[in-house]
Amino acid sequence: MIQSKAKSEAIEKRSLNIDIRAYTMILALLGIWVIFTVLTHGDFLSSRNLSMLARQMSITAILATGMVLVIVAGHIDLSVGSVAGFTGAVAAILQVIYHWNTVPTIIITLLVGFIIGTWQGFWIAYRKVPAFIVTLSSMLVFRGGILLITKGVTISPLHQDFGIIGQGYIPPSLSIALGVIASVAYIIIDINNRKSRIKYGLSVPSLSIEISKIIGVIALIALFTGVMISYEGIPVPVLIVLVLVLVLTFVANNTTFGRYVYAIGGNKEAAIYSGINVVKTNMTIFLIMGILSAIAGIVLTSRLNAATTSAGNLFELDAIASAIIGGASTLGGEGTVPGAILGALIMASIDNGMSLMNIDYSILTIVKGLVLVIAVWVDISTKKRG
Amino acid sequence: MILDEPTSALTESEAEHLLDILRELKSKGVTCIYISHKLEEVFDIADSITVLRDGKTITSDKKENFTMNKVISLMVGRELTQRFPKVQHNAGEVILEVKDYTVYDPEIPNKKIIDNVNFYVKRGEILGIAGLMGAGRTELFSSIFGAYKGRKEGKVFLEGKELTINNPNEAIKNGIAYLSEDRKRYGLVTLMDVQENIALSNYDRISKFSVINNNAKVKYAEKYVNELKIKTPSLAQRVGNLSGGNQQKVVLGKWLMSDPKVLFLDEPTRGIDVGAKFEIYNIMNELVEMGVCVVFISSELPEILGMCDRILVIHEGKINGEFLIEEADQEKIMHCATGGN
Repeated sequence: MIQSKAKSEAIEKRSLNIDIRAYTMILALLGIWVIFTVLTHGDFLSSRNLSMLARQMSITAILATGMVLVIVAGHIDLSVGSVAGFTGAVAAILQVIYHWNTVPTIIITLLVGFIIGTWQGFWIAYRKVPAFIVTLSSMLVFRGGILLITKGVTISPLHQDFGIIGQGYIPPSLSIALGVIASVAYIIIDINNRKSRIKYGLSVPSLSIEISKIIGVIALIALFTGVMISYEGIPVPVLIVLVLVLVLTFVANNTTFGRYVYAIGGNKEAAIYSGINVVKTNMTIFLIMGILSAIAGIVLTSRLNAATTSAGNLFELDAIASAIIGGASTLGGEGTVPGAILGALIMASIDNGMSLMNIDYSILTIVKGLVLVIAVWVDISTKKRG
Repeated sequence: MILDEPTSALTESEAEHLLDILRELKSKGVTCIYISHKLEEVFDIADSITVLRDGKTITSDKKENFTMNKVISLMVGRELTQRFPKVQHNAGEVILEVKDYTVYDPEIPNKKIIDNVNFYVKRGEILGIAGLMGAGRTELFSSIFGAYKGRKEGKVFLEGKELTINNPNEAIKNGIAYLSEDRKRYGLVTLMDVQENIALSNYDRISKFSVINNNAKVKYAEKYVNELKIKTPSLAQRVGNLSGGNQQKVVLGKWLMSDPKVLFLDEPTRGIDVGAKFEIYNIMNELVEMGVCVVFISSELPEILGMCDRILVIHEGKINGEFLIEEADQEKIMHCATGGN
């Protein structure tokens, strides 16, 4: 009993350690924010700009949540930009040319994403063609596909209600309600976890720590909601990101599929010898990525209120960079969904802050490129010390 | 010259040859540091011996002042009365039966690696599999487990029921487990922690609609860490940071959690220290006691002779000798392993 208690304490110590590594990323983000706030004389931290920042990062963030799974499993997906552009074009054509309503348009677009995921998954999982090649092929195929189905012209405008997905806001009163619901849900889940740990005879943190943790989380939710409602409310695409982050974090940590992804990325041979169905797992990864690409495509088309031929160009690189800045290892086996979102937020912050300062786009691109290398170097050197 | 476990992948005659080369180098004035788990070799080649334990020098002295038992007790820090905890087992009914089993080379489709072997394993016995490196032992058992890539023919019966196993998943579901000779490559995900590695083959058991019960996972991991005396600072320790012996016990824990009827142990004591070896021998005895069939594949004859109830010798893909432990000795087994009758 004493032994197991010591062990559980050690586990807690370790989870603190992990937090420290995540904290370096959060500190980096805060540092960037402070710098931009000073340089823009406070404009950066205005609620309007923060709301815009959250909206700007949403498409990259949607793609990054799936990209983490892809990279953790030891693959790469170069096609997400083209697929997002293609599915976005499908949505626009259904609305503008065939006058479909918004709901069936969304359903069919998601289905197209699902089919594209199946196609890629088939080649990667069943035919064992490296993901790099398959997705490079898809990147070209669907870039061409966009030109083919749009006949090279911009398709617009879409229905007004379609625009809500990318441009809309949850009204402040409803935003507050959502914040309250999220807080209550967190408390209930936390209490249930605690009860269940006690039932299994596992150690639980002291009540005061538990309560301060709850207060901390609720404060964060309140801060976020507060900033958002002091502009126009929570942007709809940001809400989509939040939901996806919760779902995919849960999938990654608490489902057999999620753990198999990490096992395959960590050691594929050992995963096979442990009875893991690698083919099925790889297939599922690319199905999920296909659907997420379609969601990103819908948000993109809705935000632009148009499908353009260059839509989604190079999005895959932003998504990959976000996942990697957020701690995903290109060798596979490591990476987290919240980390990738943090990575997306860092990239978007640099983008947004430098635009606010009217810095030339060329410089902005150079800085973003350098940040990628520095972030990975910081990650590697902290890991060595740990 | 520093040699770190140079013979762990060599056959006995190759190892002998290597030692000869070292003696020659020594006579030419080359100083050699020879790191090894194999004490016979150490006593054969060394002039002075240094024993390390837990990162500290325990002792360093001329060879003449050591005996093998003294070195072992210095290595584990306590007196080991015997090297092998031999227990008398009572073999029961036949659990696993393999008939006319042939395994082909994955690269050369007509080359037979295992040629038409027949054998059985009984409940409550340790079946030893001896043979030289490359005799086909690993190929045979990883093929039965469904992990070997080469084509196979033949029949496998478990408790009288014929099985068709196409992948490890099916083997595990039927109660067959295989601990590979290369734990880093086939046994562990070193980036993952102790509890995840133990649960890896067994997630179906602790999940509902593929949602994992994390508390059950911790519970099981605690159970096997305690039972197998896995030394780890916590269940959340990455297995890559554990010592070889403890890593091997994590793999063993994974297979025990899968509740096997038959457990293939392929070189389970390779590259681990004497103390952990002894513990693994004890675990094998306990498993047999619980009614698990243990197949023990090893290239080290002393441990085969010290632990098994029955021994099969494989030579170039064929079974070239079967001995009850009472009638077996090192010479007879080596004779069969090298092709004699």
